[in-house]
Amino acid sequence: MTRQLAPLPSTKPAKPGPAAGLRRRRWTQRTRRDFFVFLALALPNLVLIAVFTYRPLISNIYYSTLDWTLGSPSATVVGINNYITFFSSDDASKVLGTTAVFTVVTVGGSMILGLLIALALNAKVRGTTFARSAVFAPYVLSGVGVGLVWLFIFDPGYGVLAWLLRGIGQQSPQWINDPQLSLVMVILVYVWKNLGYCAVVYLAGLQSLPQDVMEAASLDGANGFRRFISMSLPLLSPTTFFLLITSLLSSLQAFDLIRIMTPLGTGTSTLIYEAYLQAFGAFNRAGYSAAISVILFAILLVITVVQLRFVERKVHYS
Amino acid sequence: MSSLSPVNPDPTAPATQEAEPLIPRDRPFSRRNLVQAILGGYVPLLLATLVVFLPLLWMVLSSFKQPGEIITMDLKVLPETLNPENYRIAMTTVPFGQFFLNSTIVTVAGASVKVILAILTAYALVFVRFPFKNAIFMLILVALMVPPQVSILPNYILISGMGGKNTLWGIILPGLGTAFGTFLLRQHFLTLPNSILESAEIDGAGHWRRLWRIVVPISVPSIATVGLVTIVSEWNEYIWPLIITDRPETMTLPVGLTLLQNSESNASGWGILMAGAVLVIVPILVIFAALQRYIVAGLTQGSVTG
Repeated sequence: MTRQLAPLPSTKPAKPGPAAGLRRRRWTQRTRRDFFVFLALALPNLVLIAVFTYRPLISNIYYSTLDWTLGSPSATVVGINNYITFFSSDDASKVLGTTAVFTVVTVGGSMILGLLIALALNAKVRGTTFARSAVFAPYVLSGVGVGLVWLFIFDPGYGVLAWLLRGIGQQSPQWINDPQLSLVMVILVYVWKNLGYCAVVYLAGLQSLPQDVMEAASLDGANGFRRFISMSLPLLSPTTFFLLITSLLSSLQAFDLIRIMTPLGTGTSTLIYEAYLQAFGAFNRAGYSAAISVILFAILLVITVVQLRFVERKVHYS
Repeated sequence: MSSLSPVNPDPTAPATQEAEPLIPRDRPFSRRNLVQAILGGYVPLLLATLVVFLPLLWMVLSSFKQPGEIITMDLKVLPETLNPENYRIAMTTVPFGQFFLNSTIVTVAGASVKVILAILTAYALVFVRFPFKNAIFMLILVALMVPPQVSILPNYILISGMGGKNTLWGIILPGLGTAFGTFLLRQHFLTLPNSILESAEIDGAGHWRRLWRIVVPISVPSIATVGLVTIVSEWNEYIWPLIITDRPETMTLPVGLTLLQNSESNASGWGILMAGAVLVIVPILVIFAALQRYIVAGLTQGSVTG
C-alpha cells in the first residue's frame, strides 16, 4: 500500500492555532464525505461476500453439530457425534484415501506434464503461440461437457479407446463398473483438463528466467539437460510452489468431472463429493454433510496458512 | 539466445568483440539444426495440440452420427452425412432452447453485476480514504481462498428459505459478491499514475466522475480480463445451479446436459449427448479463441509476481 489513510478526527484535545483549526475542519469534512463514499461503493460487494462466503463457514460448523435430515423442520443437537461417526466408520478411510490418491496424482501429473509441455512451448519454433492457446483451452471448458466427451471415449463397447485396444487384441476394461478404474479414469481426464494451466504458468516462469545467467552456463559448457536440472528447476521454485498450492486447492474442490462421469461416486468419492452425496443424495444427512465440509475446509485452511508462511519466507533464490 | 544471428559478414562494419561466437554454432538451416527443431520443437508441440484437439474433434464428428454409425465394432471416423438429427432430438428430449436462454441470462446478468461491483470496490479500496482499508482487503483476500463448494449447504438452506429454489435470481445471487475481480482490479488501480487523478481532483471532479471518466477508460484491458474470466466461470458453473434447480424451466446448460444424460443412458444416445456437449462447449470455445489473451492473463494472474 502506497497510500496513507486519512488521519481520523482524534479524540485528543489539541491546541491548534487558527490556521491549523481551519485545516483540521476541512480534513474532517473531507474525511467524513470519503467515509460515506467508501461505504456506498464497497458495501454491496462486502455484504454479499459476508453473507454468501463467510456466513456459510460459521453455519457449517453449527450444522455439523446437528442430527438433521435436510428438509425436516426438527433437528437434535448431537455435539461432535457426526465427526465421531465419520472417523469411526469405513467412510473415513475410504473417502480420505480416495481424496489423497486423487489429489496427489492429479497435482503431480498436471505439474510434471505441464512442465514438459512448457519446455516444448519454450522452444524457438513457429506455432508456439497457437499451441499455447490450444493446450490451455480445456481449462476453460465446461467440466460437464468435457466429462461426457471422455465418458464416450472410455465407453467399453463403442468408445475410441475400446476400438484402439481391440486393434492390439485387448479387451477394454470396465471403466465405469470397477471402482479403482473409475478413479483412474477421472484422474486422467482431470489431468487432461488442467495441465494447460500448469503449462502456461510454467512457461511464464521459464520466460522470466535471467537470460544472461543461462547463456553464461551454456558458454561454460553445460548442456541442455544439465542447465535444466541445476539452473532452470531451482530458479523456477517460486513458480513450482505457486502451482503446487493452487493445484492442491483446486484438486480438493474437483466436482464437475466426478459428478458427470461417476454419479454414484463408487471409488471416486472425495471429501467434496461425499459432502454433496450425503446432503443432496439419497439420505439428506445435512448435519453429517456439514461435518465433512468442515473437515475439508480445515484441510484447505492448513494449506493456505502454509502458503502464507512460505510466501513470507520467499521460496526463491535471488 | 542469439543462435540465429549470423556473424556479421560486412568487414567494414565495426565488429564488436561480444558479437563473435565463442563456441562454434551451426548455420541456421543446417541439417542438424533442422532435425533438432523438428524433434525438439515441432513434434512435442504437435503431440500436445493433438491430445487437446482430438477429443473435441471427436465430439463434433460424433454429434452428426446416427446410432448405426456409433454402435459398430469398426470405427467410422467421419459421419456419413452432416445431418443435424441429433441436435433436433437433443432439443426436443429436453428444452435445450430454454437452458440456453437461462444460461445466457445468468451469465450476462451475473457477470455484469460482478464486474460493476468489482470496479466500485476496487476504486474505493485504492482511491477513497477510509479506516481499516487493509483489514477489509485482507478479508477479501481470504474470501478468495474459501472454496464455494463448502458453502453450498448453508447457501442452499438460506436461498431456498427465501423462495429462491427454481428461480434465476436464486442461481445468480449467491455468486454476486466478487473477491477475484476486486483483487485483480485493485492491483491494477494501484499502478495508475496518481498525478492524473490529483489534477482531476483539483479541477473539481468528484469521485464518481474520476471513476467513470478517468479510471475506467484507462483500465479497459484489466476490466475486460475480469469480465471474460467471469463470463467463462458463470457459464460453466455447475454445482450451485445443480442443487438449486430441479425443474427444467430454470436449469442452466450444464445442469440440462445432466438431465439429457439421464434420459439417454443407452449406447445409441451417444450421438445425442455429443450434440448436447457441443452446445455447452462451443460458445466458450469461440469466445476463448477470439479473446484468449485476456482470459489466459486473468486466470494465471499472480503466478509471476513472486
